[in-house]
Amino acid sequence: MRLMTSVLAVLAIALPLGAQGTARTAPPDTSRKPVTYVAGALSTPNADPFPSTYKARPARTTVIRNVTILTGTGQRIDNGVVLLSGGKVVSVGASVNAPADADVIDGAGKWVTPGLIDTHSHLGVYPAPGVDANSDGNEATNPNTAQVWAEHSVWPQDPQFPRALAGGLTTMQILPGSANLFGGRSVVLKNVPGRSTQEMKFPGARYGLKMACGENPKRVYASRGPSTRMGNVAGYRTAWIAAEGYRRRWDKWLETRAGDPPTRDLQLETLAEVLRGNIYVQNHCYRADEMMQMIDIAHEFGYQIRSFHHGVEAYKIADVLAKEGISASIWSDWGGFKMEALDGIRGNLALVHAAGARAIVHSDDPVGTQRLNQDAAKGVASGAALGISISPEVAITWITSNPAWALGLDDKIGSLAPGKNADVVLWTGNPFSVYSKADKVWIDGALMFDRSNPRSWWATDFELGFVPVVMGGSR
Amino acid sequence: MRRSVMRALSALVVSAPLAGAQVVAITGGTVYPVKGPKIENGTVIITAGRITAVGAGLAAPAGATVIDARGKWVTPGFINAATTLGLVEVGAVAETRDNGVRSPNGVSAFFQPWEGLNASSVDIPQARNDGLTSVVTGPGGGMVSGQAAVIDLTGDTPEALIRKAPAAMIANFGHSTSRGELFAKMRDLLNDARIYATRRAQYELGNTRTMAAGKADLEALQPVLAGTMPIVIDADRRSDIEAALRIAREYKLRLILAGGAEAWMVADQLAAAKVPVITGGILNIPRSFATLGQRSDNLALLRKAGVNVIIISDSYASGGGFNAGNVRYEAGNAVSSGLGWDDALRALTLAPAEAFGVGDKVGSLAAGMDGNVVVWSGDPFEFATRAEAVLIKGRRVEGPSRRDQLQQRYRNPAAASSTKP
Repeated sequence: MRLMTSVLAVLAIALPLGAQGTARTAPPDTSRKPVTYVAGALSTPNADPFPSTYKARPARTTVIRNVTILTGTGQRIDNGVVLLSGGKVVSVGASVNAPADADVIDGAGKWVTPGLIDTHSHLGVYPAPGVDANSDGNEATNPNTAQVWAEHSVWPQDPQFPRALAGGLTTMQILPGSANLFGGRSVVLKNVPGRSTQEMKFPGARYGLKMACGENPKRVYASRGPSTRMGNVAGYRTAWIAAEGYRRRWDKWLETRAGDPPTRDLQLETLAEVLRGNIYVQNHCYRADEMMQMIDIAHEFGYQIRSFHHGVEAYKIADVLAKEGISASIWSDWGGFKMEALDGIRGNLALVHAAGARAIVHSDDPVGTQRLNQDAAKGVASGAALGISISPEVAITWITSNPAWALGLDDKIGSLAPGKNADVVLWTGNPFSVYSKADKVWIDGALMFDRSNPRSWWATDFELGFVPVVMGGSR
Repeated sequence: MRRSVMRALSALVVSAPLAGAQVVAITGGTVYPVKGPKIENGTVIITAGRITAVGAGLAAPAGATVIDARGKWVTPGFINAATTLGLVEVGAVAETRDNGVRSPNGVSAFFQPWEGLNASSVDIPQARNDGLTSVVTGPGGGMVSGQAAVIDLTGDTPEALIRKAPAAMIANFGHSTSRGELFAKMRDLLNDARIYATRRAQYELGNTRTMAAGKADLEALQPVLAGTMPIVIDADRRSDIEAALRIAREYKLRLILAGGAEAWMVADQLAAAKVPVITGGILNIPRSFATLGQRSDNLALLRKAGVNVIIISDSYASGGGFNAGNVRYEAGNAVSSGLGWDDALRALTLAPAEAFGVGDKVGSLAAGMDGNVVVWSGDPFEFATRAEAVLIKGRRVEGPSRRDQLQQRYRNPAAASSTKP
């Protein structure tokens, strides 16, 4: 998998995004495994119609020394040093060779981790203030809206973005809501100010497809259907059958380029890209038995589920998730609020981890996304109560490298290793203490948040005039 | 019928059966009495459910059940002052929701939801495992939602759970209508309740004009007007808070402010009016136009101005039974945003106890108080800390919650299919 990822990364650089013809690199018909990936590569004629215009801010060479480092790869280095340069992590260890002109930060008593990553966010699509006019997260007009893209709903001026940044969050997957069986495409954003969503888009990040199980779709479509769980499953399968035919027709045309291309269909295009392995399935699903149904559907149509989201019963099938290579994007302790959330337990993260599956702390919440570290800490404590010991260097993977994997970005972010993007958080103390806060946050090596300098804090356009400016309290 | 039952319930104070004069001694811990400085190597002695002694190095009486708290922190049981515990079991399942009245005029002051309290709620064992010994559980919705109760988290019946009911009237200054209209309606209601009190006989004969609410509501508001029952008004925007303060002043109400997103802006007024504020320690998002000034150091700023603060994790309207015990993390976050640790402890114990009229029995550790005590493995605001012993009226109440049972069943998920039922 790791090898595959790096090969894909090279290709992504070598092939200009959005170029016609990149589709030629795809094998024609049979592949159901990830193939040469370029964002939306097989969407023709334009694979990348809303390209990222993100530009990293100017980054200074920075040394953080005398600090406790959690690398995100399972290591802890006490009294370590991190060197950031050119927007990348250059070295991490007991000592580094730092250039003389580097900014030096003494991290005595502080901790360093990779920037945090949330696989499940609705920032921008359900912004604050939560008024109807800006409620753009659920296209609840049809059980299948695979044709909608979350990025077209994101409001970059959502004041929730800078608050999440102050919690150490550097990357997030913005998902459509869960009203529909197929909610639409997700988008991965860097947590930076932008005039447009494109300026926030993570360059080269693949799309996700939001799918949803259970109560939400059957409640929303009760009068027209699906109104039952069996109706939900029929809806998924019917759509995949159509998508499979669409994929075949297009792949055949892409191979021969003979005659007119088939008619484009935005809905089927997204689903076909899932079948080709180019778009990852991000599946909202609470109950263990429903996750098992979804796994069988994935087997039937030959796609991979990358992450089950919410998964309050993931612990019941943790061994299966490990075997299937499906991550669990879950909360530490939330549940109980509806029937399918009834069996939420606090040991979920620890039990998923102990079974060898990838545990991920996700938020689905603008408050929670500001403190993924605290939710992980609760998961650690609940593990201890079950006799499952989880060290800080492991717990940090739940909010860094594991979510990076779920987004297909573990080659770029989620760990402090040479060559990785310099997305870094300096914490005032152990990030799993309730008393610690993000002190400084870097994205691609640029200092984006500095707690000690409130005047430098990012305030969205909305906040000007509306949100009282009294420094200190809103971050 | 209904009223007599309610009166019977209201009359109940503390009468839980206790096994003889059982003595419990919690020894060797760092004791936080709240009404006084912490005591190293402290002992708390509880006899027949009441605290009989708190002090440094006191020996356990002969025959006492000893809880060794060396290296532990000992505090009063925590109180979450805004929950729906026992009133809402599964939020999305209507048949398990007993916390609201659909009232056409938005007034249900009569509503005493504790008659429908579910003592068997699966969230109650979890909450006490998490170190809560009492909560305020109450109604939500409308302009006047109804009355809240203080309950202890042990007992098989509503009567056994109830510590004080009614404890407060709950009201909301939301934005479902023009603000001025809402405030006028509130004054109209309070005026009519006053008038009603002087004309009960005429009212019964039908010799009064139409009142702003029904008889049960007008009756229920009498203790509020008399100042014997506090009224919790949920208000967020500065101007809404100022309106609440004004109305409280005009009618001499005992106001408790809840929500209070922008309370920090009027902290001095709140302190001067001695109005306690119930709010969380985390929120910082301008989630609505009423909460544009929401900030995470709200509690710290309020306390600095001398306001009596109470930390909660939810609201009566939004529910909050499943994770009611998470209120201690709100406190920890409030401390990280500048609130003093001792103030945070007080905000989870004595402050809510006093605001809801039970401070003479719970919320601090001293001789004469009820034996609601928690022994923590460490700092109770930290995630790594666990409530190791939870006592309500001197009796240990920890035990497996439903969630504990589930996670034990699936400790080894692959083997769970063959687990015995």
